[in-house]
Amino acid sequence: MTSQAKRWPAVEARGISKAFGRYRVLRGVDLRIEQGEFLALLGPNGAGKTTFLRILATLSRPSEGRAWINGQPLDGDTRRVRQQIGLVSHQTFLYGDLTAEENLRFYGRLYRVPALEERIAELLQRVGLYERRHDPVRTFSRGMQQRLSIARAVLHDPPVLLLDEPDTGLDQQAARMLRELLSLMGTEQRTILMTTHQLERAREMSTRVAILAGGQIRWDSPTAHLSTAELAEAYMELVERRPTHP
Amino acid sequence: MSSAWQAVWAIVKKDILAELRTKETLSMMLIFVLLAVFIFNFAFDLRVENVREVAPGVMWVAFVFAGVLGLNRSFIQEADKGCLDGLLMTPVERSVIYFGKMLGNLIFMLVVDAIALPVFSVLLNLALVRWDIALIVVLGTLGFAGVGTLFSAMTANTRAREVMLPLLLFPVALPLVLAAVKATAGVLDGAGLREVANWLNLLIGYDVAFLTISYLTFDYVVES
Repeated sequence: MTSQAKRWPAVEARGISKAFGRYRVLRGVDLRIEQGEFLALLGPNGAGKTTFLRILATLSRPSEGRAWINGQPLDGDTRRVRQQIGLVSHQTFLYGDLTAEENLRFYGRLYRVPALEERIAELLQRVGLYERRHDPVRTFSRGMQQRLSIARAVLHDPPVLLLDEPDTGLDQQAARMLRELLSLMGTEQRTILMTTHQLERAREMSTRVAILAGGQIRWDSPTAHLSTAELAEAYMELVERRPTHP
Repeated sequence: MSSAWQAVWAIVKKDILAELRTKETLSMMLIFVLLAVFIFNFAFDLRVENVREVAPGVMWVAFVFAGVLGLNRSFIQEADKGCLDGLLMTPVERSVIYFGKMLGNLIFMLVVDAIALPVFSVLLNLALVRWDIALIVVLGTLGFAGVGTLFSAMTANTRAREVMLPLLLFPVALPLVLAAVKATAGVLDGAGLREVANWLNLLIGYDVAFLTISYLTFDYVVES
């Protein structure tokens, strides 16, 4: 993995706001994630979780505020930022007509991954798709596609992994496999920011949880001594008793 | 090869590979272009005395409409499964993505043109397979692919994208089509390339202008 100076937080957002016309989705999000942390960002539908992640992934520009990935400003050279992040979304970013191997080879060339063929073989084995490497992705189940999507996201060994509800649409078995795989990725000193609305899953997988409501981070706590009941109570208090859309 | 060109080539190769596997875009464009010329052939009852006058228009209308079919599919493929976001997240300049997609579109259009020209030649009983016509076709197709790729990216995420693309593209492509038709008509009438130089210059100017504009604006077009 790319070595990062420890003095920089892996992710830092200051006063991030985003408006679509007159509708303000984010209203000054402040968030700091240290190197190696696994933060689960909770919030109901429409809270702005995906918008926030898209801003960090350089796919969208904030209306106000600034953010940094490993000390690199998002409003600077975004190519350097993009080299440091991998994104797994409920969309796979995979080409259905290409095989698993061809998809990874294509992205690997754009990321200029060294020893690409060895890296592809290694990742396909890790996500359990090596035997299916010559099959077109459209023949894969949703769970298999999502596993390949994780391989695509970590192909260039990014120190920061952004996960946008990665288990959406997966059955229980596929979701469990995905969680195991993500936990494995988390043990590699990678910083992970995952959005979800699954409280139990968020508490189990992450080292810290934050709740995004009303366009701001309203609650932030380490999970070490946090019970699911406490988390659920905080979530209910902030989300279910507060209007989501201003 | 520089890293930018390696990335451009990777995108072109990916598009060609996907097309070779499905053959959807090329076959659709080819069937359309051949059907168009058959229909024009019967609709205008192209006799020897009037064929030379209408042939350049028939040919370019067929090329342009077939081109739109290919362009429509170009970014729809990327929008599917969020692949465009995947591309935009790679550490390459957005202009690299534009040139990669543009070159892919250009290759598909030129393949269709190259297959269609001999067929047109036989059906219209005109000598269309010649280097001066080929030059005009390449220049016209380059400009159309250049501006079309930009508009294709612009409309890929709109609701009525199949309709939006021609609505936006045709008015902008009008000078290009006009110059291509006039230049083709000129050389079919026996004029040399020197005599249609004004139209050729317009084609070249259009190509340079719109490739530059597309290069400069693509970043804003794909920005959400």
